[in-house]
Parts: sequence; structure tokens; C-alpha cells
Amino acid sequence: MDFLNAFVALSNFVLIPAIAYGSQLALGALGVTLVYGILRFSNFAHGDTMAFGTMVAILATWGLQAAGVTLGPLPTALLAIPVGILGCAALVLATDRLVYRFYRAQKAVPVILVIVSMGVMFIYNGITRFIIGPDDQAFADGARFLINARQFREMTGLAEPLAIRSTQAITLVTALIVVAALFWFLNRTKTGKSMRAYSDNEDLALLSGIDPERVVRVTWIIVAGLATIAGVLYGLDKTYKPFTYFQLLLPIFAAAIVGGLGSPLGAIAGGFVIAFSEVGLTYAWKKVLTYLLPGPLEPDGLVQLLATDYKFAVSFMILVIVLLFRPTGLFRGKSV
Amino acid sequence: MGLGMSDPLHDDRGNRDRSITNPAGQGAPLPGHRGRARPAPGGPFLIGDAMTGGYGRGADILHGCTIAVDRGEIAVIVGPNGAGKSTAMKAVFGMLSLREGAVRLDGEDISALSPQDRVKKGMGFVPQTSNIFTSLSVEENLEMGAFIRDDDIRETMEQVFDLFPILREKRRQPAGELSGGQRQQVAVGRALMTKPKVLMLDEPTAGVSPIVMDELFDRIIEVARSGLPVLMVEQNARQALEIADKGYVLVQGRNAHTGTGRDLLADPDVRRSFLGG
Repeated sequence: MDFLNAFVALSNFVLIPAIAYGSQLALGALGVTLVYGILRFSNFAHGDTMAFGTMVAILATWGLQAAGVTLGPLPTALLAIPVGILGCAALVLATDRLVYRFYRAQKAVPVILVIVSMGVMFIYNGITRFIIGPDDQAFADGARFLINARQFREMTGLAEPLAIRSTQAITLVTALIVVAALFWFLNRTKTGKSMRAYSDNEDLALLSGIDPERVVRVTWIIVAGLATIAGVLYGLDKTYKPFTYFQLLLPIFAAAIVGGLGSPLGAIAGGFVIAFSEVGLTYAWKKVLTYLLPGPLEPDGLVQLLATDYKFAVSFMILVIVLLFRPTGLFRGKSV
Repeated sequence: MGLGMSDPLHDDRGNRDRSITNPAGQGAPLPGHRGRARPAPGGPFLIGDAMTGGYGRGADILHGCTIAVDRGEIAVIVGPNGAGKSTAMKAVFGMLSLREGAVRLDGEDISALSPQDRVKKGMGFVPQTSNIFTSLSVEENLEMGAFIRDDDIRETMEQVFDLFPILREKRRQPAGELSGGQRQQVAVGRALMTKPKVLMLDEPTAGVSPIVMDELFDRIIEVARSGLPVLMVEQNARQALEIADKGYVLVQGRNAHTGTGRDLLADPDVRRSFLGG
């Protein structure tokens, strides 16, 4: 019984939140790793791309809610995601046309594009705040819980409660579908293969008749899709605030690098590594340990390794460790 | 690219941190010519006629150099290091701007076309290095070779597999895991997938063992005997001239000797100055 209670407490406070957060990071890191692999630079504007796409989805959600359209138990925002993706794709494609293409045409070294993406980041930053403001925005509706704490206690008779929020379940299901679709696209379709070919060897792709500008356009559209979905899921699960999305850049980059930059599989693994470390290190383990350990060994303190305020330090630590000991990342992306 | 501080867009400073930059596989700038092909009947099937030019705004490397190949023939470009052999072939393929001269293929003047458009006109080009997609499987490499085709490519792929049986065995393996000789087979196979009208090979035997080299030459002869003209740059001059219907010896970007492969091998001048007696 103690063991079961320990496991339920662990699931409730660590496993389930980390799986949801990990899925969101994985989707974010996939976008970063695609830009890195195909456009060859780390896109510092990715967090704000997420913020912009989510903002468009939120505006559409409010519109739908005002019109009385809802999805019943599911959040209305799911219906608004396609609008968010369209808005986000329009923004990144316009940015590429006006900014990145100029440097690409001259084959500027990638570090120039990194700096350029920082400028783009500030512009996106301003656009989002100009339209929706810097504050928290509420847009979640529908059922709050898939299983709530009381139901779970009544069902199982365990002392520990377990709650699964519907947004956590939606996050996982959506992430699975999106990742499966992305891998199918990259490995099975002609366009997807041409993207991998372009990433591998630009000149040879050109000689094979692959249109580089088309590859780049498709990449941006996919990135806009991934960023918007990741952003909406994160916003539903936690909260939408433009600054929080900018801050997400760090764990997302850490996830992409830990997994191996340029490797989509690595981005997913990296997302979960970062999420589990962040949640695990900032969780107070006292409750779980009290159930598991015999009386005399029970901890007195909270057994919380880091205060939640320091959660960003976790991404940094992992980043440093990976760069020191396995610079290619877990899945052997490009050597960092 | 050695352009120095005066050109900030290409300065390598700060560009070596792989956590933010990924120059691997990045393309090189190509001349941006976008003209049309004009009819130009007569003459050999493919000819780079009196070509003069160099890379970008740099000095001329080719000086009135002429290279031609006809149907069913193998033409070989040989010469000492730095003679402009590869440059001559790249000029035929449109990878540098010609100041003078013209390139004609199958009765059309294609001098104003970009390399991509020349591929669509029927040129199959195998670069000397980076000529395969290392992270793609052998089969995907061939599929990408046929990217511009909308028809069924399976028959062509079978022909490539018949020509290079080892590739059929390794079709699911990433091309980057293959040996040097097998990679060259993938590279040639990729170029054949467009069903080109002419095949151009830039040092196909660079870095492979003598046995593999003989094997590759046999395959190249087989391709040429099927009616597809082959234009080839070769470092191994003697072996290359032995299989050549036409040979071009270049020295400092100029045609030094031209003739059948056998004539050139017999030419005392060529032997003394170039083949080592």
C-alpha cells in the first residue's frame, strides 16, 4: 500500500506534469532542430514565434467563444490552432522573404543568421506585446480534469490523490499525433526527403533539381505549425504570457542540443530529459520518500534539491554537462 | 572562403560554435545566370567551345579551351595538376561564368542556362567531392536523383541496380556508411536517375583502390556503350586514355593536345611531358 501511494504521489507531482511539459518542449525543440538542420542556424526567435502563433490562436479562440462555438469538454483553442498556424506561417514566411532570404542568397555564414534571428526576436516580441499586451491571458475552457483527486480516491481507496488535467492528456495525444505525422512526412514523402537531402548537401540538392526556396518555405510552414501547437498546448496547460514564451527558449534549446542538434528523434528525447530533470530536481521528495523508507530513515526536510525559482538553472547545467561529455548529443546530431 | 574582414557576411569569426551554427552541407555561391537556350544546330552532341573564364570576378583559368563529346563516346580530360581540368568541366556545366565561348548541347546553345536548368536539359553531373547524400539511404539517393521526374522511376532504378548490383543489396543503408568505391557508384547512379543525355564525371576514381578503379572504368564503358556519351576528368591519365575515344590534354587552361585516346598514348610529346616516358 505504501509503495502504491508513493507511486501515485510520484505520478501526480512528477511523472504526469513532466510528460506534459516534456511533450511541449519536444515540439518546441523539433522546430528549433528543423531550422538548424535546414536553414543552418539556431533560431533565437523561436520562443517569440511560439508566442505569436499562440496569440493568433487565442484571438481566434475568443472569437469562437464570443460566437458561441465550443468543443464541449475539449478546449475551444484546439479549433483555433489552424488559424494560429496560418497566422504564424504568414509571419515567418514574410520574415523569410524580407530578412533571411537576403542573407541566404549571398550564402552568408550561419552566425550572421543567428544574430539576424535575434533582431527578428525583438521585432516579434514587440508585435506580440503591441497586439495582445504583456499580461497573462486566460483562454482555456472545457472540462478541467480527466480524473480529479476525489474521484481517484473514491475509485481506488488510496490515501494519495491523483489528478490528471484534461490539458495534460490533450498535450500528450496531440504531441504523439504531430510527431508521427512529422516523421512520416520527413521519411516517406518526396518533399520530406528533399528537405533531408537539402539539409545534407545543398549543392547536390540543387544539382538534383530540388528547388531550395521551396524547401525553405515548406520548412518555415512546418516550423510555424510546430511552434503554434507547442505554444497553445503550453498555454492551455499553464498560462499564456509573452515573456514566459521568450524564457522557454532556454529549455527548448537545451532539449535540442541534449538530443543532438539536427536530429528530430533527439529533439523529442531531449525535451523529456530536460522536463524530467527540471520537475524532478525542483520537486520536494519528502512525501514519496516517507512512503518508501522505513521509519528511522524518513527525511526531516523537504528533500527539494532546488527551489522552483531556479528551474532554469537545470537546463543550463544539463547543457554544460552534455557539451562537455557528449557534444553530439544523445542521438548524434551534428557535433556541437 | 578567405575573403577576410572586408566581407562580414563571409567572415568565419564566431562561426565555429556548432551549438548555434551549422555550416555542414551549406552550398557555394553559383553564378546567377538565368537565360534561355537558343537553337544552334550542327556540331558535336556536347561542346564547350573556345571557353574563356574563371570563378566569380577572379582571374581567367580557362583560355579558349574546347571540349566536346559525341554520342556513344567517352571523352576524357587529362592534364597536370592545376591545368584547369575540373574547371573546364564545371564551365561546361555552368558553374562559372564564361567571358567568351559557348556551350552547346544537342543542337541548342545553353551558355546562358544555370546548372539546374542544364540538368533539366539532360546533363547528368557527378561532382568530385560531396557527391552523395550521406545521411540518406542508397535508395533515397537515387530517388533524389530523379527528383525532377514525375513519371515512374522504378525501371530506371532497376537499370542502375543492374549496373551496380552491390547497390541493390545495400539499398536501405545510409550512403555515408558505404566504402569509397560504393559511394562513387551511388554518385554515378544518382546522376543516371534523371535519364541524362550526357554523363559528366569529375574524377570518379579519386581516392579509390586500383582494383575498384578498374571496376568503375568497366562500368563507365558499359554506360557509354549503351549510347550515353560520357565526359570525364581523370587524374589517372594512362588508364583513362586507354578507354577514351577522345582525349583532351589541358595545360594551364589551354588545349595542349587533342586526339583519340590511342593517338595521345602513342604521341611522344604527350608521353614525355605528361605520362612520364
